[in-house]
Amino acid sequence: MAIESPKIMGYGTSPKRKEDPRFLHGKGTYVDDIKLPGMLHMDIVRSPYAHAKITNINIEPALETPGVLAVITGKDLDAAGLAWMPTLMSDTQMVLPVEKVVYQSQEVAAVIATDRYTAADGVMAVEVDYEPLPAVVDPFKALEKDSPLVRPDKGKDTNHIWHWEAGDKDATDKVFADADIVVEEDLYIPRIHVASIETCGCVASYDAVNGKLTIWMTTQAPHAIRTVFSLVSGIPEHKIRVISPDIGGGFGGKVPVYPGYVIAVVASLKTGRPVKWIEDRSENLQADSFARDYHITAQLAADKDGRIRGMKVKTLADHGAADAAANPSKFPAGLFSICTGSYDLEAAHVEVDAVYTTKPPGGVAYRCSFRVTEAVHTIERMVDRLAVELDRDPADLRYQNFIPKENFPYKSPTGWEYDSGDYKQALDVALERIGYEDLRKEQAEKRARGELMGIGISTFTEIVGAGPSNTFDILGIKMFDSAEIRIHPTGSAIVRIGVQTQGQGHETTFAQIVAEELGLPVDNITVEHGDTDTAPYGLGTYASRSTPTAGAATAVAARKIREKAKHIAAHLLECNPDDLEWKDYKFSVKGVPDRSKTMQEIAFAAYTNHPQGMEAGLEAVNYYDPPNLTFPFGAYVCVVDIDPGTGVVKIRRFVAIDDCGTVINPMIVEGQIHGGLTMGMAPSLFEEIPYDENGNNMAGTFMDYLLPTSLETPNWETGNTVTPSPHHPFGAKGVGESPTVGAPPAIVNAVVDALSHLGVKHVDIPMTPWKIHKLITDAQATTA
Amino acid sequence: MSKVPVSMTINGETYSGDVEPRMLLVHFIREVAGLTGTHIGCDTTSCGACTIQLDGMPIKSCTMFAVQANGHSLKTVEGLATGAEMHPIQEGFMVNHGLQCGYCTPGMMMTSLALLAENPNPSELEIRTAISGNLCRCTGYVNIVRSIQYAADKMREPELAAAGQGD
Repeated sequence: MAIESPKIMGYGTSPKRKEDPRFLHGKGTYVDDIKLPGMLHMDIVRSPYAHAKITNINIEPALETPGVLAVITGKDLDAAGLAWMPTLMSDTQMVLPVEKVVYQSQEVAAVIATDRYTAADGVMAVEVDYEPLPAVVDPFKALEKDSPLVRPDKGKDTNHIWHWEAGDKDATDKVFADADIVVEEDLYIPRIHVASIETCGCVASYDAVNGKLTIWMTTQAPHAIRTVFSLVSGIPEHKIRVISPDIGGGFGGKVPVYPGYVIAVVASLKTGRPVKWIEDRSENLQADSFARDYHITAQLAADKDGRIRGMKVKTLADHGAADAAANPSKFPAGLFSICTGSYDLEAAHVEVDAVYTTKPPGGVAYRCSFRVTEAVHTIERMVDRLAVELDRDPADLRYQNFIPKENFPYKSPTGWEYDSGDYKQALDVALERIGYEDLRKEQAEKRARGELMGIGISTFTEIVGAGPSNTFDILGIKMFDSAEIRIHPTGSAIVRIGVQTQGQGHETTFAQIVAEELGLPVDNITVEHGDTDTAPYGLGTYASRSTPTAGAATAVAARKIREKAKHIAAHLLECNPDDLEWKDYKFSVKGVPDRSKTMQEIAFAAYTNHPQGMEAGLEAVNYYDPPNLTFPFGAYVCVVDIDPGTGVVKIRRFVAIDDCGTVINPMIVEGQIHGGLTMGMAPSLFEEIPYDENGNNMAGTFMDYLLPTSLETPNWETGNTVTPSPHHPFGAKGVGESPTVGAPPAIVNAVVDALSHLGVKHVDIPMTPWKIHKLITDAQATTA
Repeated sequence: MSKVPVSMTINGETYSGDVEPRMLLVHFIREVAGLTGTHIGCDTTSCGACTIQLDGMPIKSCTMFAVQANGHSLKTVEGLATGAEMHPIQEGFMVNHGLQCGYCTPGMMMTSLALLAENPNPSELEIRTAISGNLCRCTGYVNIVRSIQYAADKMREPELAAAGQGD
């Protein structure tokens, strides 16, 4: 019986995931699974007030608790110069406070004990005296002259942080003066939280004998963390090892450095023992970086015939007590200026002002490439708003204004160069798939019967894959990414990458890239990541950048290997390298396909029979600096039914047609889209972290912060078109965040469409039953 | 705090220890028994990452004390496979891409198995209802539902074959 040789499984195939068996057998290694000899546990005292002066901290009762070894306060850190730390946006944030707290649940002191229960006892025993100060909750009021200052340490007499703008103001004013019609809307994109099911935490272990600090950490960017830790602490970088083991979801929330990580490191240095810190869910929701919180006023200028000509956007960004976003340095509002979307506008102008309030610092992404969700929400809502004003079908108005596919690469009015797109095709497929015409008929019939049904469209453009190093950096570190491939003598391989997985399946897809490029079976390729002692330097996984950057690096490194392999093949086949062609995953003599060498044969020769004068071995490294970002896109259509009695919105159908260029693994891409759509639906219908007038967090547990369950989540219908990126080595664009970015306006547009005959022109998210029910009853009261 | 002795069977093996009465069952499983496949996601019985089976019933082990499980028989994710050979529910999740980060997966499988024990051929709505206390942030549930349907079909194969409907 012949043994079937393992399959290559390159681009466009769906091998099952290599990482799955360990998770399915309960053998994953998440941070909380790490247990070291002598390990201590840390728990954190947190502020009950949003804004208060600390008049005294009495740690004695805690120290008297049996099992408590140490209590760390801001004064201890201050003495070591560590009471403050830089944020990724070059702002500053307290690790532990010395004078005052600036948000509820802020870290105030840390207790180190023999086990987690004793540490919690110690937390209860720490006595903190506060003198409450007025909370600064409303970002608009925060900008008023008489507002209390959140950050007097900044030496400014205002809570204003920065002003940023993009586009051409004069040209935009001119277009607006000249246009037939201007529509305007205020949109609030509320504060939300990624709430990965694994919370954040670390195990910090300082080995005094070797002077080496090892930190197992829930981080999406281990290398950048290592460099920042080294610069801040003065510990040489080779004496710090950051390991990002299995991570239970990231979504942007595990990019920042949280005070808990730093305190755990200090605690390990102080006690000489490993220290574990794992936050609980309430700490996670109440103190970790939030996302969004953009107050947007948007205007579109158009001609009567529907041609959209210009856009103006003014935004107030509530950053809480520190600008602790994780944007590239030169982009304080991220890539928000992508807000002209898929449409060919003459001019646009975007302004964002950031402000401090007494809320937790942020804003990181929520499965989104740096503020793109806010941008897409704005343009996709405004196009629908214009359609209502002009009494046009929203699909029809979009078709009229799409950037035509022959205009790519396309220079946007805010300065981006879109790489490729075919928006019309995607919308064609989506409308056909959902049966748009029939749905409109059904809607008319239902409306006549008094039933509420709506259809919403979103035809979004994403911007991912940061980024070209001339413009993109985080704290000065350029946003390239890397891969290192080593082929073993028997033709198996190890790949180490500068990005890491939090569930995206890198161990499978990156093996597929090498499989495709080198003709080696995917089963024989191991992918390693997340350990700064072994992986090449990279900026990490967020903003859908893994495939556009490290994926590209992997392909380029593989092609370097292929080039060397060609010379070895020529040596083995006794021919000129120029006479060889790479075809069907092997090198063959042109015109003589029988004379060929597989990569496996070549790999063996690289160690046993390589040409004289050539270096032995078969390996390569690439640090890939993308020439541009990539611009995935999609067309989504959502159908909702609304119960007028309860205000409950039910998503009956949702068709998502995505175009992320070349697809590596269709199964994994579909999974990413399912998850992304669910995280698009979540803030549209359920999730928000509101604050009361005293700055109290009103959604600090999963009883109040409502993640979608299996019952609310519909059966997503997915499909794709393929428009490769012209500048990516194999045409891929990245996909993880497209659905989170594209889905919310489709859902809001559907709800507004269902209520438009009642005079409703806009609804802010989350569209809770209470909010919808009130809109319906208010409209009925007005007409009655 | 004074400690009390507890002993329980987990996946057929006996685990004993002296624990504080306030110790949560999930901490006993993870830290005393060393079975870290059961995870903690919320501490408030909301997310289901810590779901295990106690005498065949799915329970959230973050909301039970270890002492309450004294003398009982527990099953965790580590007890599903036979060596490296996966249980149909594990196979279902693997084949249908029912997991991404893997954090919610053990709890999700333990809940699913309890459903299938009670209802071997559940409808989609019955599956969605059964797992509605287990949160997943990655998958959007579509493939989890498919994974459970796969397991249901596979687990019914012998029965269907016996009834002559298995071909």
